[in-house]
Amino acid sequence: MIDVPLSRRALLAGAASISAFGLPRLARADTPQDVLVIGHVAELQTLDPAQAVTISDFRILCNIYDSLLHYKDGSLEVEPGLAQSWTISPDGKTYAFTLRQGVKFHDGSDFNAESVKFNFDRVLDANHPYHNTGPFPFVFTIGPVERVTVDGPYVVSLHLKEPYAPALTMLAGAIGGLAGISPAAVKQYGKDFSRHGGGTGPFKFVEWVSGQRIVLERNVDYWRGAPKLAGLVFRPIVDENARVSEMMSGGTDITIEVPPDNIATFTASADYTFYQQPGPHLWYLVLNTKTKPFDDKRVRQAANFAINKGALVDDVLKGTATVADGITPPAFTWAHDDALKPYPYDPAKAKALMAEAGYANGIDVTFYVTESGSGMLSPVLMGTAIQADLAAVGIRCKIETYEWNTFLGKIIPNLPENVALAELSFMTQDPDMHPALALRTGAAVNSGGFSDPKIDALIDGGRAETDPVKRAAIYRQMQEVLYDEAPWVYVANWKQNAVSSARVKGFELHPSFTTRFYETSKS
Amino acid sequence: MVVPVLVGVSVIVFLVINLIPGDPARAILGTFATPANTAELTQQLGLDRPLPVQYLVWVGHLLHGDLGRSYILHKPVLDEVLDRLFPTLLLAGAALVLAGVVGIPLGITAAVRQNGWQDKLITVSVLVGISTPSFWLGMLLIFWFGVRLAWLPVGGMMRMFGGGGVGDVASHLVLPAVTLAAVATAVLVRLTRGAMLEVLRQDYVRTARAKGLTEGRVIYVHAFRNALVGIIPVIGLQAGFVLGGAVYIETVFQWPGIGRMLVSAISTRDILLVQGGVLVVASAYVIVNLLTDLAQSMLDPRIRA
Repeated sequence: MIDVPLSRRALLAGAASISAFGLPRLARADTPQDVLVIGHVAELQTLDPAQAVTISDFRILCNIYDSLLHYKDGSLEVEPGLAQSWTISPDGKTYAFTLRQGVKFHDGSDFNAESVKFNFDRVLDANHPYHNTGPFPFVFTIGPVERVTVDGPYVVSLHLKEPYAPALTMLAGAIGGLAGISPAAVKQYGKDFSRHGGGTGPFKFVEWVSGQRIVLERNVDYWRGAPKLAGLVFRPIVDENARVSEMMSGGTDITIEVPPDNIATFTASADYTFYQQPGPHLWYLVLNTKTKPFDDKRVRQAANFAINKGALVDDVLKGTATVADGITPPAFTWAHDDALKPYPYDPAKAKALMAEAGYANGIDVTFYVTESGSGMLSPVLMGTAIQADLAAVGIRCKIETYEWNTFLGKIIPNLPENVALAELSFMTQDPDMHPALALRTGAAVNSGGFSDPKIDALIDGGRAETDPVKRAAIYRQMQEVLYDEAPWVYVANWKQNAVSSARVKGFELHPSFTTRFYETSKS
Repeated sequence: MVVPVLVGVSVIVFLVINLIPGDPARAILGTFATPANTAELTQQLGLDRPLPVQYLVWVGHLLHGDLGRSYILHKPVLDEVLDRLFPTLLLAGAALVLAGVVGIPLGITAAVRQNGWQDKLITVSVLVGISTPSFWLGMLLIFWFGVRLAWLPVGGMMRMFGGGGVGDVASHLVLPAVTLAAVATAVLVRLTRGAMLEVLRQDYVRTARAKGLTEGRVIYVHAFRNALVGIIPVIGLQAGFVLGGAVYIETVFQWPGIGRMLVSAISTRDILLVQGGVLVVASAYVIVNLLTDLAQSMLDPRIRA
């Protein structure tokens, strides 16, 4: 156990001796040495990475679980994790992993090929005795895994139904943590595994008090060596102003997602360190390519020229995003086409294109805006600013605003015929996923009804190509085609931010938007 | 009366949460809510059955003391609701007591000193109290007493380390309870003042004064006791406002109560958690009103008859 008073017993023992009442400034800075208190954006939903669905959950889980592959620091490229090495069969359908030996789960049981197989069978096989510990809504993102075979005590193979090159990045991503779950813990807790967890990661789960805290402690036997911090305490602080005031009063050491309006307060002070990191996120407008006016490429390009994205990013989002240049966020350093430059703000050119397409007098359209939503930044303000920019070139939008869940129901699988455009955002871990889900002909979330055989062929080609260099070339070509075709207005790439007290060292935000505290310390 | 009210509440809550657009599967899947994914998850969550069947299954379990399992939190609804109930009752109770302890004496003072400077000061304060949005007052209090002066914690129910004692919880309770009590206090002052003014004009008060009782006895024993008959039911109503107000006060102050739980449960369409939570809050409200009815009948023999 941790030597600072983290356990429930110590909590009760300490209770009687302390009275915070009455004396000035006693409320400030009560976080102990060696334990990092994190202002977390949401309540934790589950400790099971196979069940988790939100990035905020994965920010906690990535400290408890390892995956077969890890992302390199500061990059979305993969490196060995629980797997020391891997090979891919020439047909791109079999991935064989050689596992690290001597790794133990938090409960003391051994990590090996059998445990990896158990974990995949649990989520994939409806007849598995522990399949009822689900559902596992996002497991499909790992790819079309058909079966998993044990080829030696420390060799395990994933057999895919069809070639799926994104599998490696997905296995390194948050959901990939499911490969590092302790089967003994699943068997012990059954359906309640989601409330206990158990992996091989640098921190072990200690307690979860609803609405108050999630406590993790150092795993002294961690295979990469024990982490520097004795423990982590995640405090769910949903209200963004409350997160800021807790940070200012010393109740937290680090806060993830500082509201744009408060950033200047923290950057101006030497007591704090401010972090930001662009991620694999795209904020965009879906254009309905099936009906007028956006069935015409020139009008779609006009919309891209008409919107002052620089002003949106600076004034509405206060610098918490960068202007997007296309389908693939620059965070994918290996696949992004750096030659691509965002559509410039050029209303004159937009008007000319409109006139050329036969809309010299403009057109009235309906524009769907959401009130909130994961990754949607400030959707209402963004929507009204965009409305003004589009009106200036003759695209007169009538805005209809919906609550997020309602909004999703209205735009998936397709925008209604009378709706010309809608706001949307997407986060992904591989450049394949977004176009495959939202731009491929007939794809399930292709809201704008876009269809282009060239793009379909490039998506298929990218999936089948296991050589990363050749794959990157395919995605760069895709970005160029989609830049010209402009099925969407590419608006912004979100930068995740965080602020910590200056006492916190060795922390960096990661482009995957998870928060890893293995190398973090506190002076 | 209690049982039909709760049955009614359960039906209404069930219908409302099921009628608002967006379903749990879609809320979970977000932009990945393809028709195939949504249908599969809906079936796994048991939400593909007709609504009346879902309701009856829920009631059937309820009769066995089982409120179901939360889709989002992956734990029994009852466990989560019970974890969250005590903090909310503590906060709402403290706010109600504060409103009574401050509001009733101020109301009496205003009535006794009608048109005097005390009355004017109190009346203006009441106006300010009623008109101030609670969430704004909360943020103001946090800024001054939590961040600037650092006299009190800015949020949560106890210290993360070595917390949980009575003094610790009390210090965390001050700001949210004051915020939550503000409007209820103002309402009580107004009402007490009005009720007292009416009673003080009655003949029996003049009689009491005429027979030489001290002014304090006249006001607190003779007049106030009768004014209280009108005040008590309003305290019961205020309990409803306070429980409702706790929803956003809990969010602002990170109070781990049932209100904050409901807000996130509604946005994630965690149907069973919403149903269980609302049912428990409604029960608490019904019980408080039952108690105020009882208290009223003890005070007023006419009601007993």
